[in-house]
Amino acid sequence: MNKQFTPLEFEKSIYQIEDKIEELKKLSSETGINLDDQVKLLTNQAFEFKKQLYSSLTPSQKLQIARHAKRPTFLDYVSLITTDWLELHGDRAGTDDRAIIGGVAQIDGKSVMLIGTQKGRTTKENIEYNFGMPQPEGYRKALRLFYHADRFNLPIITLIDTPGAYPGIKAEQTGQGTAIAVNLREMAKLETPIVSVILGEGCSGGALGLAVSNRVYMFEHSLYTVISPEGCASILWRSADMASTAAENLKITSDDLLQMEIIDGIIKEPLGGAHYDWDFAAAELKNTVLESIDEMSGMSGTELKSDRHEKFRRMGVFIE
Amino acid sequence: MSLRDWFENRRNKQLNADLVESKISGDDLLKLWEKCYNCNTSIPQKELEQNMHVCPKCDYHFRIGARERLEQLLDEDSFEEINSNMLPSDPLDFVDTMRYKTRQVDARKKTNLNEAVVTGIGKISDWEVAVAVMDFAYMGGSMGSVVGEKITRLIEEGIKRKIPIIAVTSSGGARMQESCLSLMQMAKTSCAVARANEQKILYITVLTEPTFGGVTASFGTLGDIIIAEQGARIGFAGRRVIEQTIRQKLPSDFQTAEYLLKYGHVDMVFHRSGLKSTLEKLIRIHAPAKQKVNT
Repeated sequence: MNKQFTPLEFEKSIYQIEDKIEELKKLSSETGINLDDQVKLLTNQAFEFKKQLYSSLTPSQKLQIARHAKRPTFLDYVSLITTDWLELHGDRAGTDDRAIIGGVAQIDGKSVMLIGTQKGRTTKENIEYNFGMPQPEGYRKALRLFYHADRFNLPIITLIDTPGAYPGIKAEQTGQGTAIAVNLREMAKLETPIVSVILGEGCSGGALGLAVSNRVYMFEHSLYTVISPEGCASILWRSADMASTAAENLKITSDDLLQMEIIDGIIKEPLGGAHYDWDFAAAELKNTVLESIDEMSGMSGTELKSDRHEKFRRMGVFIE
Repeated sequence: MSLRDWFENRRNKQLNADLVESKISGDDLLKLWEKCYNCNTSIPQKELEQNMHVCPKCDYHFRIGARERLEQLLDEDSFEEINSNMLPSDPLDFVDTMRYKTRQVDARKKTNLNEAVVTGIGKISDWEVAVAVMDFAYMGGSMGSVVGEKITRLIEEGIKRKIPIIAVTSSGGARMQESCLSLMQMAKTSCAVARANEQKILYITVLTEPTFGGVTASFGTLGDIIIAEQGARIGFAGRRVIEQTIRQKLPSDFQTAEYLLKYGHVDMVFHRSGLKSTLEKLIRIHAPAKQKVNT
């Protein structure tokens, strides 16, 4: 395993085992004693242990991976999967919200519109991208780009990683709720294919505002939820300390969402999470979006619209 | 003590004396009087009802239930409820400090409603309308699968009958106990509004105290016309969340109906007593010829 990261709490034992293996290798080369069999055995066991660990993560452990600082962001994926990327700025009404970024590009020669929420890594970036929390103007920029894509028959790909729409005074003054609502309604009317992927965090209306799509996928360790586990804990339990319990109860993992038939599929991540191997994650992402755009290539505008409509029409569980 | 307070006290004493004489038990008293949250005046329940649950002194609009709202808005005996038997389930087996199932039972007992919205077909001054009214008393008017489905079906019914659709909201937002299923109701209801738009069916929303979160960010603010009830608090994020995020106090009129009007998010703000006549006007002005029901 690549040792460029500080281990997360639950990864510590793995890192320790791998340190021991390294020690053995070193010992072997220093003393000339052949320890190859032992090293091989341990390496295999460590690998099995890792596979087991990462396939049985708790929701709050997944949360830590989904929020990992080194996890690839929207712009990282753009540079890994597209050619000829050209960012299109601004909402045409006075603002260019940097938390939502959009533009045109080609993926394997196929022209697309890409829109996503962007998170930063440094303080400077976090301020620029507002921690991936869009203002109403960001949703309005996305809407303008949706219409653009619709006019030119560009399939729309939205890549989502947001803790939610920004809760602030100005956001309320310029209509955060309305901006999201209008996107939900207008996405329903578009006659071009829309594919969405939850990259990391997909929290509440802030995520859904870009995800009324024909196909919705989640990365293996990402989460999709009506409210952040912390927010839910502070409202229902009146204590943010209950966040991990809330995360369990809210059923936010990709497996949960697939089971609830809210998403169409799960995109595999490299062992340990996307941050361990960006190229692997990017290749999986690219395959998934290209395949699903290809699947829809024979559908007319009207068919695409009713496909999307029927997808969401089915959602909900009740007794009658 | 100001002169005004002195008079107030004297008046209250007199009121109390009247009550003692009438020999009513304390519990009954609570039922007969309601205290205004805004100006603290005690108002006889009957007077409050006659005044559409608006404080006669300061015009504070009390929250009202779905049934009462329907009575105020619709012509007498014109309402026919649809999908009244739809009940919530507990798909996630959700437990917080209480089981979701228990919360459902409690809410039902408290409100005598099966869910947080009542939908149906009724008449406003003889105009046939499809109407949905939310009830905050049922789990904070939160939107889960049932609310989403009932709103969606109502919009579909309005489209089918080619009649105006009216949604009166009062909700804390999406229902956390159904997690992502609740989130998806925002998409479902908004898709239904998209169809109404395409069929050019008039859709009016009336935002009442309080309307927040997932309802504001979906069918609530998608009205062709958006009316807010006087004094109602309406927003996306809750006041407390914003205060915690930006660490500063918010202005007192923040997120009120009047504040939203000022910033251009609602078409109009109305006193409860003017709501029905306003709806009638809007429906009449937007009506294609000969839509009025013959009575």
